[in-house]
Amino acid sequence: MLDLKADEVQHSPGAPAGGAAVVLDDVAVTLGGRMIWQHANVCIPRGALFGLIGPNGTGKTTLLRVLLGQLAPTAGSVRILGAPPRRGNAAISYVPQRRTLDADLALRGRDLVLLGLTGHRWGFSRASKSDWDAVSAALRAVGADAYADEPVGILSGGEQQRLLIAQALVTHPQLLLLDEPLASLDLRSQHEIVHLVDRLRRERNIAVLFVSHDLNPLLEVLDSLIYILDGQPTVGALDEVLQSDLLSQLYATDVHVHSTADGHRFVVGA
Amino acid sequence: MFFQQSGSSRIISPTWNVVADLQQVFQYEFMQNAFIAGTVVAVLAGVVGYFVVLRRLSFATEALAHGGFAGATGAVVLGQDVFLGLLTFTSVTGAFMGFLGDRLRGRDVAIGGTLAFSLALGSLFLTISTRFAGQAVNILFGNILAIATNDVRFVAVFALVALAALGVMYRPLLFASVDAEIADARGVPVRLLSVAFMVLLAITVSASVQVVGVLLIFALMILPAAAAQHVTAQPGHAIGLAVLLAVAYVWAGLLVGFYLPYPPSFFITAFAFVTFLGVRTVLTGVAGGQRSRRGPLAEVMIRERGSGL
Repeated sequence: MLDLKADEVQHSPGAPAGGAAVVLDDVAVTLGGRMIWQHANVCIPRGALFGLIGPNGTGKTTLLRVLLGQLAPTAGSVRILGAPPRRGNAAISYVPQRRTLDADLALRGRDLVLLGLTGHRWGFSRASKSDWDAVSAALRAVGADAYADEPVGILSGGEQQRLLIAQALVTHPQLLLLDEPLASLDLRSQHEIVHLVDRLRRERNIAVLFVSHDLNPLLEVLDSLIYILDGQPTVGALDEVLQSDLLSQLYATDVHVHSTADGHRFVVGA
Repeated sequence: MFFQQSGSSRIISPTWNVVADLQQVFQYEFMQNAFIAGTVVAVLAGVVGYFVVLRRLSFATEALAHGGFAGATGAVVLGQDVFLGLLTFTSVTGAFMGFLGDRLRGRDVAIGGTLAFSLALGSLFLTISTRFAGQAVNILFGNILAIATNDVRFVAVFALVALAALGVMYRPLLFASVDAEIADARGVPVRLLSVAFMVLLAITVSASVQVVGVLLIFALMILPAAAAQHVTAQPGHAIGLAVLLAVAYVWAGLLVGFYLPYPPSFFITAFAFVTFLGVRTVLTGVAGGQRSRRGPLAEVMIRERGSGL
């Protein structure tokens, strides 16, 4: 499971377990005539938790947009759950980068999650009992039922992030894309969100791509890392990437990986 | 216009017998027209207003209304129907604003400049056709008592079409208004909805101008929805309450305006404003010791006006 060479992963589209959630084969992306990155060979197995790191402007969000089908690559082939990417694929859920929801947003957490389930449907119709049951189940899965009836604007950043994850889960996705979900969260909330995501992907066999500036909260749970260096997304096992010289090169500043006596590692900038 | 309200031409006092009073009110065709048009417009304004507050389009709404002044007065100059002039002008401007979408964010100066120029254009048109100077006041402050039977049908048809369209796009529009990025990833046509909503907003603004005029549009389109969103965070309830409030203001304004020699648009605005202040004061008082549910009025209004689209 943790060995992530693309050729070793079984490629069986539609298989419930095993097989690849994402396969990029020599993919390149150009935006407005500028090469963002190229020669991307990435394979994310089902149920795996991948980190995506790299300095600002290296194309992390661009990679997410390719997976979401919002951006067509200039070269190479992309397979998502055995099929080409397409917009509105219900098997993919996405939590975009954000600061916080508007403080005066007149919407309950429950309504926010319901939008994930029925928000794309046309025509006026009240939510059915089974819709609300699915919403309640998603709220319970992330531990947000206690504040699901509060207006979302008054909730803390960590509570809002849980609701957004519940919204992402309500369609039972097989691939979850999280863009900087830890930004602007306090340490405890970061820890809780990371472990929530880890538990959910294990329980439900969801492949997760987790964009984060800060690696430390993720070190315990990551299977593998994608880093974008010199315009090329590259996959590496945690041990390969957690090297002071590689990370220093990646972030173009001194970065050190320290190990504690009991085997914990942490990354610090100089 | 045809029926200028003034204390000297008409002094009617209520008998305080509800049935008799209502019979008296509704024996006039202009009051029937005013009630029909006012109710239809209030329902539409309540629903659309919910999304205006949610999408932070208060400033754009005012810009559309003020811009509509040029369209309305232009129609007067050309001898065309005022409602049609308004509708044409606001729809084109609205569709353009919707198309620009996020790129309009923070362009308050550009919106404000366009707004000022539209008003200036309107005043130029008024000078060109001095015969219709009296209409300027109607366009600016509304004169629902003067609405013609033909206009009532016109307004009603557009309002019903707009409400039907809102019903069809209710869920995707709510999704796109709350979080455009996630909605887009789910396959919701965010840009198309933005343009469509601005056209619906243009229709609502044009219809509301018949009731409260260009300058008082805030009362009918923003205040009921803003008050409702203070009371409940449940979208369906908030929309229902906004509609109820808007209809109540219009009815109360019309009844009071019938007996007093002052324009209904003043009373509609006054009721809306007082209710909003009351709701805000009571709810802030109740929630004062706990976590504050909402920011104060000034904050809401300044931020909404400041954020543009």
